[in-house]
Amino acid sequence: MKTQTGTSRRDFLKIAGTTAGGLVIGFNWFSCDSPKMEVLSIEQVLAQAKSFNSFLSISPTGDVVIYSPNPELGQNIKTSFPMVVAEELEADWEKVRVVQANLDPQKYERQLTGGSGAMPHSWERLRKAGATAKFLLVTAAAQTWNVPVTEITVSKGMIRHEGSGKKGHFGEFVDLASTLSAPEEVTLKDKKDFTIIGTPIKNVDAKDMYTGKPMYGLDFHREGMYYAMIQRAPFGMKISNVEDSAARGVLGVTNVVTFGSSVAVVGTSTWPLMKAKKLLKISYEPDGIVESTTDHDKLFADLLATGKADVKRKDGDVASAFKSAAKIVTAEYQCPFLAHSPMEPENFFAHVQADKVELVGPTQTPDRARQETARLLGIPPENVSVEITRLGGGFGRRLRADYVIEAVEVSRAIQAPVKVTWSREDELTGGAYRPAVRYRFEAALDAAGTLIGYKLRGVGMNAGNTTRETNFPSGAVDHVLIESIDHASSITTNAWRAPITNFLAYAEQSFLDEVALAVGKDPVDFRLELLSRAKTNPVGALGYDVDRMIGVVKMAKEKSNWGKNSSVKQGFSVYFSHKSYVAQVADIEVSGGIPTLKKITAVTDCGLVVNPTGANHQVRGGIVDGMGHAMYTNLTFEAGVPKQRNFDTYRLIRLKEVPEIETHFVDSGFDPTGLGEPALPPTGGAIANAIFAATGRRLRSQPFIEQKEFSDIQLQIKRA
Amino acid sequence: MANFTLKVNGTTHQVEVEDDTPLLWVLRDQLNLVGTKFSCGIAQCGACTVHVNGNATFSCVTPVSSIGNSEVTTIEGLSKEGNHPVQKAWEEVDVAQCGYCQAGQIMNAAAFLEQNPTPTLEEIDNAMNRNICRCGTYHKIREAVALAAKSK
Repeated sequence: MKTQTGTSRRDFLKIAGTTAGGLVIGFNWFSCDSPKMEVLSIEQVLAQAKSFNSFLSISPTGDVVIYSPNPELGQNIKTSFPMVVAEELEADWEKVRVVQANLDPQKYERQLTGGSGAMPHSWERLRKAGATAKFLLVTAAAQTWNVPVTEITVSKGMIRHEGSGKKGHFGEFVDLASTLSAPEEVTLKDKKDFTIIGTPIKNVDAKDMYTGKPMYGLDFHREGMYYAMIQRAPFGMKISNVEDSAARGVLGVTNVVTFGSSVAVVGTSTWPLMKAKKLLKISYEPDGIVESTTDHDKLFADLLATGKADVKRKDGDVASAFKSAAKIVTAEYQCPFLAHSPMEPENFFAHVQADKVELVGPTQTPDRARQETARLLGIPPENVSVEITRLGGGFGRRLRADYVIEAVEVSRAIQAPVKVTWSREDELTGGAYRPAVRYRFEAALDAAGTLIGYKLRGVGMNAGNTTRETNFPSGAVDHVLIESIDHASSITTNAWRAPITNFLAYAEQSFLDEVALAVGKDPVDFRLELLSRAKTNPVGALGYDVDRMIGVVKMAKEKSNWGKNSSVKQGFSVYFSHKSYVAQVADIEVSGGIPTLKKITAVTDCGLVVNPTGANHQVRGGIVDGMGHAMYTNLTFEAGVPKQRNFDTYRLIRLKEVPEIETHFVDSGFDPTGLGEPALPPTGGAIANAIFAATGRRLRSQPFIEQKEFSDIQLQIKRA
Repeated sequence: MANFTLKVNGTTHQVEVEDDTPLLWVLRDQLNLVGTKFSCGIAQCGACTVHVNGNATFSCVTPVSSIGNSEVTTIEGLSKEGNHPVQKAWEEVDVAQCGYCQAGQIMNAAAFLEQNPTPTLEEIDNAMNRNICRCGTYHKIREAVALAAKSK
């Protein structure tokens, strides 16, 4: 496969011009197998490495440095991106060092983690980066040996010319290669020849993580820096008075700073600040509407009944379809607000100086942190540097820069470097939640049990569009009306892993189950019937590939032995999000009246699987996440303040609560798509549908354990 | 403020802090041993797990004044080369996603296996249930503990 590199000669020279030159340390490649081989430090490698492009430097020792630009929060991008570069380079993975790149918009186009978008965006760019460097190395070898380029082969970091018996490692050619012009086009490998992609390469940070090396934002330390913690106002309130003398009296507290509706206590270590924060006496006054969960419940009912909605999709004539229907099914589904609760609480280091700002910490959007900082201070964005640490989870919370800006505010006020740390209570009460949403679904069926009309009306609290109007079952139904109402709330919201679909998928897949059963159809066959309609005669615009969705449905039916074992009650769910397709089946066995969740089978089509270990992780992790929040987690408000303030009441799923998860991947031949989110949306529906099959109880709100329909179901979870 | 002499990872340290300071913050802020993680601060998640005289202990709720002569071991001191059987099993199974909770998971597993070298799967589940992993690596945690038990 030939592909344009997009690199002009001038661009290449510009990049090459920034190459670090310098000392070559004596190193004998052919002694590599010797157990006494000295492993160079990354600093030693970088000191002599030549830059080939933004992703790649190679040292004369043959060590390959691959830069990973996107923030790593557990999605494994820091391992999978370099695998793609190394594959096309034909590198020896044992010689690859991975370095987290800092924010550099000149070098990298999409330096963010969100939307499961990194791999689809960068797949070809990464391959070209590796292939271009390989081309240059091969050209340099051909020139050095005076042999034709076409007779040279490359494998595991070694360049060979069979005819002459000559061979050498990459490092021997980097000096010459880095002076050559980048080609205008390169040949990418055939996927069947991949030797790194598709193999279970281990996490590149494993050793550091398992030995406690400093690598997360919260671990960052700078000599002379201060620590700060912040008390934020309840939602809908602002500060009317601050009495801070007791807080200032705590040993180790050096300052108390108020900005906006926040009060920061500043000091020389963390613990005194936790104590001092509790001693702040802050009076608040309303600044907007002060909301409670009971207000939201009433709002949902009112807005679903009479609210003015945005029409997101209108196919055919819904009114006539419902008038002519032989059967109508209606149901409402509701979910609460949720916090993101990454294990590493929000934190950031900021040092505001006269002419520049230094930022260090965990962020999914380093450029947003930079831009918002520049705007706040009225300085050019180029004067703000952002060092990206490893993130202890994100789940969307760190797409916002609010906690970065807080650190900037405090550093500006105290004119010193500072690290702001959030406590767990701050994290759960400090906002930017998954929005609470309520849906009403209506289905019209004709006498044959065919779905002829479909209505969806969603109301969300600061949720934006609560629907996904081009998603299934759109395209499969003649008469469709999809409407959304966004209610402005004083409670802040933000993207939360698989935004909107993290709940919409559960609601929709549960409702489709209700509809199928109402007309006596098998839930899987019912979906296949709809998909068949969408394939042969689609209605309106579709956002999904019907064949790929059929593919995962059929494979899930087969792999789960759907309907074949009468003692196992099963629930089915399938969803398309973030360019990937995932079908899931939950198995519940009932014995002596006690239902036991035994297994979830997942079938995923995310195109080519780059790293099977990483892919399995993302699918199982997504399912555990989807199950945990559907089953257990709630966040409720009283007068603008969340009632669940830590993990004692904000219940996260634990080890003993996860069943066996069996994963399968469809070999669809497509390029890889993202996997950080797509496995989560179907899970709640699969479990709820299995619970219905096993108990006859339909769960239409989350979390399940707080619903009255669930109160006498002693659901057990069995590890196989 | 009071002076405390602490034995951490085989080394004696002097620190001057308030006596209610949790061991977690002494380790992180005073001794720069940041492998022990802060997450909930109320003994609910296990990210801060260290060994005190070999027992898995939530350092976030353990006042420094309660340590006395006890031996404290953190993830940095679990092994010299990072090759404790539990660490090796974690690498072999490739457990982590974000990795933030894993130091606490490893410390809990190491103390558990010291006390119960041949656990049943159910005993592993019971022991590891006190640590939260928000990424949901629970299947791999079970697998790694079982592997470490076998290889010890």
